[in-house]
Amino acid sequence: MLGFIYTKSNRTLAKKEEQLAWVLLFPTLAIIFSIVILPLASIFWISFKPISLSDLRPPKPIIKERLKGNLEIEGDKGEVHYRIRNSSRDQIINNVKLVDTIPRGLKVLNLDDRCQLDQRKLSCNLGSFKGGYREVLKLKVTSNKIFYISKISPKETIPKITGKSENILTNLNFSLVNFKRIFDRDEFFQVLFVTLFYTVFGTVGALIMGLLAALILNKNFRGQGIFRGLFLFPYVAPVIAVAFTWVLLFDPFSGSINALLIQMQVIETPINFFGKRPLALIMVTVFEVWRYFPLSFLFILARMQSIDNEMYEAAEMDGASPFQKFWYLSIPMLLGILSILFLLRFIWTFNKFDDIFLLTGGNAGTRTLTVNVYEQAFALSNIGAGAAVAVVIFIFLLIFSILFFKFISREEGL
Amino acid sequence: MRSIRKGYILAPLLSTLWAITIVWCLSVISSFSTGDAFKPNFLLTSLSGLTVGLVCSRIKGFKKNHKLGIFILLFIALVVLSPITRLTDKSFNNLEFFLNSLFSVILIISTSKTLRDIDFYELTRHQFEDYIIKFLTNFGYIFFTAIVAIPFYVMVMTSLKNQSELLLNPLNFSIDLSKGYDLFRSYTELFSDFNFGSYVITSFFVSIFTVMITLLFAIPGAYAVARLRFKGRSIFSSSILLIYMVPLIVLALPIYVGFSLFGLRNSVLGILMIYPVTTIPVALYMLQGYFRTVPTEIEESGLMDGLSRISVILKITLPLSLPSIVSVSLYVFMIAWNEFLLAFMLLDDPSKFTITRGVAMLDSSEVPRQHLMAGSVVATIPVMLMFLLLEKYLRQGLTAGSIKG
Repeated sequence: MLGFIYTKSNRTLAKKEEQLAWVLLFPTLAIIFSIVILPLASIFWISFKPISLSDLRPPKPIIKERLKGNLEIEGDKGEVHYRIRNSSRDQIINNVKLVDTIPRGLKVLNLDDRCQLDQRKLSCNLGSFKGGYREVLKLKVTSNKIFYISKISPKETIPKITGKSENILTNLNFSLVNFKRIFDRDEFFQVLFVTLFYTVFGTVGALIMGLLAALILNKNFRGQGIFRGLFLFPYVAPVIAVAFTWVLLFDPFSGSINALLIQMQVIETPINFFGKRPLALIMVTVFEVWRYFPLSFLFILARMQSIDNEMYEAAEMDGASPFQKFWYLSIPMLLGILSILFLLRFIWTFNKFDDIFLLTGGNAGTRTLTVNVYEQAFALSNIGAGAAVAVVIFIFLLIFSILFFKFISREEGL
Repeated sequence: MRSIRKGYILAPLLSTLWAITIVWCLSVISSFSTGDAFKPNFLLTSLSGLTVGLVCSRIKGFKKNHKLGIFILLFIALVVLSPITRLTDKSFNNLEFFLNSLFSVILIISTSKTLRDIDFYELTRHQFEDYIIKFLTNFGYIFFTAIVAIPFYVMVMTSLKNQSELLLNPLNFSIDLSKGYDLFRSYTELFSDFNFGSYVITSFFVSIFTVMITLLFAIPGAYAVARLRFKGRSIFSSSILLIYMVPLIVLALPIYVGFSLFGLRNSVLGILMIYPVTTIPVALYMLQGYFRTVPTEIEESGLMDGLSRISVILKITLPLSLPSIVSVSLYVFMIAWNEFLLAFMLLDDPSKFTITRGVAMLDSSEVPRQHLMAGSVVATIPVMLMFLLLEKYLRQGLTAGSIKG
C-alpha cells in the first residue's frame, strides 16, 4: 500500500491521506446515512405507533367560502358563508384560526362572537375542532357602490385557516399494540414456518442445481459459451417478466403446462399450481430455485475453473474413479465457495419479496415475513404493524449477520 | 454395487433412461410447436431403449460395416415399434412417422456414441462411473436447457397470438406466418394504447442516471477503501455489504412514509434518489476489489512524478480499470432496469411509470394476456441484448467483485 511513503515516516502525508479518504467517502456515507440508516432507524420508531396509511396526512381544517344572496344594487344584503370542517374523522385540531380580508365595498353587519374585524381584516378564533366536526360560519354583509364599480368577488381573497393538530408520527405516545397484533395469532408461526421452508429449500435447491449445472459445463467444448449464456437467462431477465410468465404457464384454466399434462393423459383435472396449499409454497420455492440457480452456477463454475488440473491428473494416475475425484477433490475445494454462497443466498432468500408477491400475492399459504410487511402495511393499511414485522425481520437478520461474520472471518472469502 | 457393474445391466439401463428422456423431449417439443398432443408410450419406449442398449453392449469389436448394418436393422425395428403416438383422430400421418424416425436416429446415434466400446460383462469402477457421468451430463444439458428455454419460449410465443387462439388451445404455439405484421399486433397496441414508449424512455433515463450517480459516489469511495489508509478502513470495507442484506421491502416502508410526507412520492426524482442508494454499496464493493488489482507501482510512479493524488486517480487508476467500470455499470443498469418493488410502491401516475411498473399495470383481468407477455418481452429485450452483447463484462461483474476465489 504505497509503502515507501511510510518508510519516510512522513506523518503529514499520512494525515493528508486520511483526510482525502474521508473526503472521498463522505458523499457515499452521507447518502447512505440519509436514505438507508435514517429510514431504517425510523422503522423502530414507527413500529411502536398505531398508525395507518391515512394518518400519513395530518388532520387539517378545510374551508370553503361562498357569497349568498343577490348583491345587485347598493344596499342589497347578503351572507358570506364559510364552510369549515375537520379533514380527519377521529382526530382533534386545536387552536383553529381563520383569517380573511373582506373585499372593499362590503360592509359587515353582524359579527360572530369568536371573530374580530380590524378595518377589513377578519380574524376568528374558532377553538378546537373534534374529529368529523363541521360548521358554517355566517357573516351578514351589505354592499355599497364601490363593490359594483370594482366588481370584486369575495372569493378573490382566499381565507386562510390554520390549526394545530397532533402529528401521530412525531408525538411521544408509544404502544405495543402492533407487536401484540402480529404475535397474537397462530398466523405468525405459520408465516415463520413458510419463511423458513422457502428460505432453506430455496437456498439449498439453488445451490445444488447450480452445482450440477456447473459440473456439466466444466469442460471445454464448442458451444459451451452458448449454454453458459443461456443458463444465466433466468437471473438476468426482469423478475416481473419471468414471474408473470410462470403464472400464465401454470394457470389452471388456460395454462400450457396443465394443457400439456392433460393432453398427454398424465393428469385428468387441471392442477391449480399457485392457488392451493401446500403446492403453492412448493411452486414458489421451485421458482426461487429456478431463478437463482444461475448465480450459484456462475460462482461455482468460476471456482472450478481455477482449480489446478494437475491435482486431477495425479489422482487419475493413482486410479481414482470419477466419483471419487468429485467427492474427495472437487468438493473440498468448493466447500469455501459453497458455504459463502449458502450464507449469502440464505439471507437474500430470506429477504426476498418480489417473487412471491408477483406469483401468489402471499395467498394460499405462501406469506413470508417480507410479504407480511407489505400485507400489514399496505393491504391492511396498518403501517405500524408492517413496521413491527420489519423489526422482527431485523432481529433475524442480526442473528444471521453475526453468524455470517463469524464464519466469513474464518473463511476469509469476502 | 458390484453386481450391477456389468455391461449387460448398465447399458440397457442407461439406454432406457435415455430413451425416456428423448421421447419426452420430442413429445413436448412437438406438442408445443404444433398444438397437437403427442403421447409417448412408456412400455414401447423402454423396450426400444433396452434393445438399443443391449445391442450397443454386444457390438464391441465388430467391423464398421457390420455395425452400420446392425444399426439400420435397429432403426427399422424402432420405427415399427413407434413409441410416440399422436392423439388425434387421424390413424396415420407423416408427422408421427417423422417423429418416430427422428427418435430412433437420435437414440441409436447418441447411445452408440455414449456407450462406445462398453464391455458386455465385467466393467471396472472407472468405466462404470464414466458411463453414468456421460449419461447424466447429456441428461443435464437437456434438462437445464428445457427449464430455462420453455418459459422464455412461451413468453415470446404467447405475445404473438390473439385471445381466441390462446383460449382455443393453450398448447398451440405455432406461428401463423400468413398474418404478416398482424403477428405483432400486441406490440403495436402496447405502444399506441398503453403508452409503453414513454415507459421505455423513462426506464432508460432512470437506469442511465442511476448508473451515473452510482459511479459518481462509488468510484471515490471505492478508491479510498482500496488504496488509502484511514482509521476504520477494515470495518468500513466489511460493513459496506451489510446494507446489501437489508430487505428492500423493509427499506421501502419508511421510504414510502418519508416520501409521502415530503411529496417525493409519485415523482421520477424520488425514484432517482432511491435507486442509486440500493446500488452504491455493491458498486463500491465491486470497484474496490478491482482497484486493488491495479499495480501500486504504477500509481507510485505517478506520485513520484509529481502528480497529485486526484490526478493519479483520474489519469492512471480510472483508465486502467475501465473494463471493470464497464462491468459495474452494466450490473447497475441491469438492477435499475429490472427494479420492480420501489417503482411499484412509489409510482401511481401512469405518465411517470417505468417499464416494470408498466408491465405490472397490465396484470389485470381487463388486459388480455398476450399484451402482458408482449410487455414482458419489451421489458426483457434490452437487458437480454445487453447481456448477450456484453456477456463477458457482465459475467465478470457478477463474479469478480462479489466473491474471491
